[in-house]
Amino acid sequence: MSLAGRGTGKARIGVDIGGTFTDVALERGGERFTSKVLTTSAAPEKGVLECLQLVLERSRTKARDVGIVIHGTTLATNLLIERKGAKTALLTTEGFRDTIEMRTEGRYEQYDINIDNPAPLVPRRLRLPVGERMGASGKVLRPLRDEEVEALVPRLRAHGAESVAIGFLHSYVNPSHESRARAILARRMPGLAISLSSEVSPEMREFERFSTACANAYLQPAMEGYLRNLATGLERAGFACPLFLMHSGGGFMTVETAIRFPVRLVESGPAGGAIFSSFIARQYGLSEVLSFDMGGTTAKICLIEGAKPQTTRIFEAARVYRFKKGSGLPLRIPMIEMVEIGTGGGSIATLDRMGKIKVGPESAGSEPGPACYGRGGASPTVTDADLVMGRINPNAFSGGAIRLDVGRATAAIADHVGRRLGMPPELAAFGISEMADEDMANASRVHAIESGKDVTARTLVAFGGAAPLHATRIAQKIGVRRIIVPTSAGVGSAVGFLRAPVTYEIVRSSHQRLSAFDPELVNRVLAEMSRQARAVVLPAADGRPMEERWSAFMRYVGQGYEIAVPVPKRPLTAGDGRLLLEAFEEVYRKHYTWSVQGPDVEVLSWTVLVSVQVAEEAQAPRPGAEHRPEPSGRREVFDPDQGRFVPFAVYRRERLAAGAVIDGPALIEEDQTTTVVSPGFQARIDAFGSIDCVRR
Amino acid sequence: MIGHDALSQIRMQVMWNRLISVVEEQAQTLIRTAFCTATREGGDLSAGVFDPKGRMLAQAVTGTPGHVNSMANGVKHFLAKYPIDSMREGDHYITNDPWIASGHLHDFMIVTPCFHRGRPVALFSAIVHVVDVGGRGYIATCRQVYEEGLLIPIAPLIRAGQRNEILLDVIRENVREPTQVIGDLYALVACTNDGCKRLKGMMNELDLDNLDELGGYIIDSSREATLREIRKIRKGTYRYTLRSDGMDFEVDIVGAVTVTDDGIHVDYTGTGPVSDYGINVVMNYTEAYTLYGVSCIVAPDIPQNAGSLEPIRITAPAGCILNAPRPWPVAARHVLGHMLPDVVMGCLVQAIPDRVIGESGMTWNPHIRGGPSVVGRAAGDVDVSGLPEFDVFMINSGGMGARATKDGLSATAFPSGVRTTPAEATETISPIIVWRKEYRPDSGGAGRSRGGVGQILEIGGADNFPFVASVMLDKVRNPPLGRNGGRQGAGGHVLLRSGAELAQKGVHRIPRGDHLYLELPGGGGNGDPLEREPEKVVEDVLDELVSIATARREYGVVVREDGTLDSEATRRARAEIRASGSA
Repeated sequence: MSLAGRGTGKARIGVDIGGTFTDVALERGGERFTSKVLTTSAAPEKGVLECLQLVLERSRTKARDVGIVIHGTTLATNLLIERKGAKTALLTTEGFRDTIEMRTEGRYEQYDINIDNPAPLVPRRLRLPVGERMGASGKVLRPLRDEEVEALVPRLRAHGAESVAIGFLHSYVNPSHESRARAILARRMPGLAISLSSEVSPEMREFERFSTACANAYLQPAMEGYLRNLATGLERAGFACPLFLMHSGGGFMTVETAIRFPVRLVESGPAGGAIFSSFIARQYGLSEVLSFDMGGTTAKICLIEGAKPQTTRIFEAARVYRFKKGSGLPLRIPMIEMVEIGTGGGSIATLDRMGKIKVGPESAGSEPGPACYGRGGASPTVTDADLVMGRINPNAFSGGAIRLDVGRATAAIADHVGRRLGMPPELAAFGISEMADEDMANASRVHAIESGKDVTARTLVAFGGAAPLHATRIAQKIGVRRIIVPTSAGVGSAVGFLRAPVTYEIVRSSHQRLSAFDPELVNRVLAEMSRQARAVVLPAADGRPMEERWSAFMRYVGQGYEIAVPVPKRPLTAGDGRLLLEAFEEVYRKHYTWSVQGPDVEVLSWTVLVSVQVAEEAQAPRPGAEHRPEPSGRREVFDPDQGRFVPFAVYRRERLAAGAVIDGPALIEEDQTTTVVSPGFQARIDAFGSIDCVRR
Repeated sequence: MIGHDALSQIRMQVMWNRLISVVEEQAQTLIRTAFCTATREGGDLSAGVFDPKGRMLAQAVTGTPGHVNSMANGVKHFLAKYPIDSMREGDHYITNDPWIASGHLHDFMIVTPCFHRGRPVALFSAIVHVVDVGGRGYIATCRQVYEEGLLIPIAPLIRAGQRNEILLDVIRENVREPTQVIGDLYALVACTNDGCKRLKGMMNELDLDNLDELGGYIIDSSREATLREIRKIRKGTYRYTLRSDGMDFEVDIVGAVTVTDDGIHVDYTGTGPVSDYGINVVMNYTEAYTLYGVSCIVAPDIPQNAGSLEPIRITAPAGCILNAPRPWPVAARHVLGHMLPDVVMGCLVQAIPDRVIGESGMTWNPHIRGGPSVVGRAAGDVDVSGLPEFDVFMINSGGMGARATKDGLSATAFPSGVRTTPAEATETISPIIVWRKEYRPDSGGAGRSRGGVGQILEIGGADNFPFVASVMLDKVRNPPLGRNGGRQGAGGHVLLRSGAELAQKGVHRIPRGDHLYLELPGGGGNGDPLEREPEKVVEDVLDELVSIATARREYGVVVREDGTLDSEATRRARAEIRASGSA
């Protein structure tokens, strides 16, 4: 069977489990079908199977004619947020029992003396010290004694530990103590789930590595149970194709790998969204894109470079304080880099002590929901503001499934914001929307700065229910001139899964100063990493050639942040130290305009990325002759630039053909969202069916 | 038609948020380009934007209070020497004068005018902690500031785009790590340039000629909001004396906080005189940490700017240890500076008891050095000629004081905002072994809320080699006190692993095979320990943060050997303690 199922007439399916909805996208022979059901949190596979059934019916496809299922999910993320994972213990180096709770010893918020750190996944009583010690070079400073590990077994049993993480100091250099401890536990406690920090995240910095290992252990039993149930369910439903899991880094992996390293499933849903944007970038030949995914509770922003999302090696899950950096559980794994802020349609607006409007991160969720849902929500939300400003059609929201109450929205805004500021509700609504847009624009800008990039030259790709409502305003704020709202924007992540390559990335710390470059050691490390990554990708490669990309994370000795520098994919020689130095300085100058003379340069870690390129099914463009369609109506909408209501032409998206040209101010409505075309913008339905909006 | 006023109000709010975002971007650029560990790992930095009159409009939330609020005053000194009309585009001015910048020579401050449409519209400023400034190094035993290193008066580092090569040469030849120090000065330039670029982008987008209207709005609404909060506090004068271990003698810090409708006045009359050692504090640093103490309990969510700082006035008599004149030594000004929020809270507990926290365990930052030139001649017992030279500054924190309704954060920096460095990173760059870095049981002060526990830090030389530790530590003889009936946290200890007690301020040689063993103080408790829910005490016992004996003695909670609560015995024990207390 072909991996991609392409050219064989087989269908390909992407499945995304979100917090509220489970989405499925099926593609076959250039056609796309989608379905959406409520997520069944207690047994998520039920919702998936139901959603699959729907899409099979809609597309008249038989389960056995499906060539591949690619699955991403927020389940792992939610287990961490809701703290519903396994009872987990940590075996750790004596003297370092509290590393995961002591964290950085800093406070992520300077002026609030009442902040809390997230509770550690493993409480102190389950963090068991072992008298062993490895040095920074991998030399054993204190040998591991088998009997000491054996002696911990009764304690693990007494506490009812379901899963164990083993995190010893410097195990990324020499994992032998961790492996030995696993062997002992596995023999004494068969069936116990065990995660080694040296396998889950073989990188220097004990807090992040132990934290990642603990998260992996914490997730393992539940994710294994779910994945096995799903696999069985698919088989029973007649699917005979392989199931793959989307990972945090934006590629996919086998079920067996996912069971070993469930921490790599964290944020795999949003990763699909970033892949979706990357696909759009490729389709349009765009080198720099800003991916903007705004849903009910959060907005996710990701930079796409050369049709690839930016990646990072550290992520914070389950932040406990307004999505603030430093308030979450650090996970050191290859991730698609994105910034997530608490600004979604359901985010609640309040006034701070200065009478300044503040939006989110508290969300009204789906229950009770925004005030306009009429389900008891009394707090004004971004959706209420959009409604009061005239952007949303109260009778056509979510395809008319939810009728929105303008009166309630107006009252909520007046009560909580307008009256206190001495403003009419329409203007207070504008204030709310404007603050939300400003927050998202600022998050985009700061995110770009942190990556040493600029946002202004980018095209913004907007998807998720709330993004098209806010995209043009955000574009104005950050200086972006072009916005694309693709089709199927409501199930963007599921479509994204279908565009994902098979990839696996391994990062390993191995310190090298370029002034004393040791090519043999580096070659050994890279060869081993390459072997491991290939072993993961091979089962999913389906005979296609595997490609590798090597890079080094480097900095000046004395600095704290590394930048990625490409490494030639061949055995390195002593002279390559010079080559790496030149490559580093070139990248450094690109980021910070000048390079520093004098300090030595060091490599902290190496990465090997193995991928199998999946040939893309070119979506046939269907261009249409340029024409100016008639609006289906007109509506008064508040215009920020003029500070008043002005008439906007209203169009239904499904009635617009390729070639349609619409000048702002206009609204383009569809079941899942509405695209606001502000005055000064021109929208065009292009050959791919997207709304292509350009600032004139 | 909607009122223009309301619309411009929204516009002002949006621009204010944008300005805060601009300085945050500035701080991030500094972190990413800086060399000194204290800045990039520890967060020891600040970044802000000022109007052309030198009034602070916004500061980055990333940063540490000592820098941030000193910077707020420092910019005016730059303007006095180089008036705004004499500044040109592409100028960058710096100084590390402790009496202008951040209280000791290691902190360099930059001021950069930002030009828009041909006029200076703002000043960007930032402070970075550099690894070395020459002199005798970062120690508390100098007798005058001249010994502490090179002092650069306010001077142009770059003038209209031209680097001041003479100044750069002077710095380069007078510091021990020239590439890192010069690299940090470049990092300052990169960050203020970045801030200016972003500000101009905002002003172009919003078509602004200047920041006058926005600045006025920010300052006025912050001042009013701060005053509203102050007026909620019962008026009066509240006094508190905090005793510090000091250096040559114990130091009393005497504070009086006066609350009126017009603001808060903190006065330190009665505080002890300057010390012969470098623990003296300059006035701007005293103001910085005092302001922080006031802000974080009176108006924590009001952004710091000239308006929010205006209603808070701070005075200290010239010549006292909190207002040291030139040329007294000031290198270790943080030791007393970090206690000032505790003094402010000691006063304000009398007016707003439920908003203050217990006293905190402070950060303990041993400076570990080694190599032949450091330990060589005195070594005797071992040939050290092959040892590498190294120098590492370790940031570690004691327990934070207990909050009104929550336990203090354990091993957490307060009031400074610094972070620690991973043991693995330290061991990779320096030949030392961190043998232990974990919580210190029974160190959190008992209370209805428990003080955060301190930590134990044990450091040895790689291959058992000797090394040298310089320490400037406090809260050994005078542990962090509790509030509202809460008990004091455990005081700190400076020891050799083999048992000997070491001086808490001084330079110690750790002999071959021995380890430096530090027990960091725990935070003070808050509220009566007898009111703590027994279940919480049991949890602490199960987590081995509180021993069964301490649970019985301090909390009157009886925990059985198997970790279960004996409710009946607890009731009796608590009654007994109450009776003996009231007797």
